[in-house]
Amino acid sequence: MTSQADYKDRQFLAVIGDEDSVTGLLLAGIGHVTAPPDAQKNFLVVDGKTDNATIEEAFNRFTTERKDIGIVLINQHIADRIRHRVDTYTAAFPTVLEIPSKDHPYDPEKDSVLRRVRRLFGE
Amino acid sequence: MSGAADREAVFPTRQSLGLMKAKLKGAETGHSLLKRKSEALTKRFREITRRIDEAKRKMGRVMQIASLSLAEVTYAVGGNISFQIQESARSARFRLRTKQENVSGVLLPAFESYLTEGNNDFAMTGLGKGGQQVQRCRETYARAVEALVELASLQTAFVILDEVIKVVNRRVNAIEHVIIPRTENTIKYINSELDELDREEFYRLKKVAAKKQRDNAETDAEMKQKRENQEALDREAGESAAADDSAPADILAVDEDEDVIF
Repeated sequence: MTSQADYKDRQFLAVIGDEDSVTGLLLAGIGHVTAPPDAQKNFLVVDGKTDNATIEEAFNRFTTERKDIGIVLINQHIADRIRHRVDTYTAAFPTVLEIPSKDHPYDPEKDSVLRRVRRLFGE
Repeated sequence: MSGAADREAVFPTRQSLGLMKAKLKGAETGHSLLKRKSEALTKRFREITRRIDEAKRKMGRVMQIASLSLAEVTYAVGGNISFQIQESARSARFRLRTKQENVSGVLLPAFESYLTEGNNDFAMTGLGKGGQQVQRCRETYARAVEALVELASLQTAFVILDEVIKVVNRRVNAIEHVIIPRTENTIKYINSELDELDREEFYRLKKVAAKKQRDNAETDAEMKQKRENQEALDREAGESAAADDSAPADILAVDEDEDVIF
């Protein structure tokens, strides 16, 4: 299964979300910018002008490239835009968590994990 | 059970019979152990799924409260602070630590959140006005993130357990439906072959015995014949001898001599 080294040094959270969600979570203190040469933020603000390719690229960067992220938080309505990518993501680390946003109430039916839960219990 | 088709390629000897019996026993033990492991994991898995369901609903409420407090901040500060906050984020105050939990041999990682001391990127946020709201908002969001971290641990455990349960069940089924029947078939095959050999051997021995008996009877008959012939010859010889053995008989048959006394 997953080896110790796989998640030992994952100590940050990452966010892909709308402006309000990102601001709130940054206020909680999860924001992190890596050392200057390749300053990488662990958050991405998505608005109406952001295209899907950018979101997908950020998602890939957070989930596969960076090895220091343990949890990726993504707004559900943004996850919907790259739904195929989120649904096919099945690795245990980092964990992808769909969170509700201010304008889009949480819909358990769309959540990829909850859907798996429902499928397992045959509902 | 498809008879001879589904069995292992072994020679039907007593040694491989012993090996197969040991293998069957091992497979049965392994099957019961794996079955129990799978049951323990499934129990845990159901518990986790139930908790995930609860935690996801709770998260919805918590995030709602959190966004409300952010709206308060925006109102109190009287402008949008998001740009300022995004730019002043430098180093994470809120970090994760992972620890492990062992559930029947499966290591389930769990996240634990902790706050690093001393770095506050947003010391200046809300300095002008709305500082209290900003502070409250930070606390609300910190609580929300804690709930999210808990949920993430559950979700990680869910993903890992799901995978492990699948693997274990696959093994259980493989042992139950492939390995055990095949080993039983092999044992049956070896037994039948050994029985066959036994019967062959028995038949051979019987044949040998019969042949020996026949041979003996023949020899006996021959001997008897010979003896009879011999007897007949002897009789004939005796008769002829009786005719001409008067002379020695005479010698031997003379009356006893007188004892010689010196």
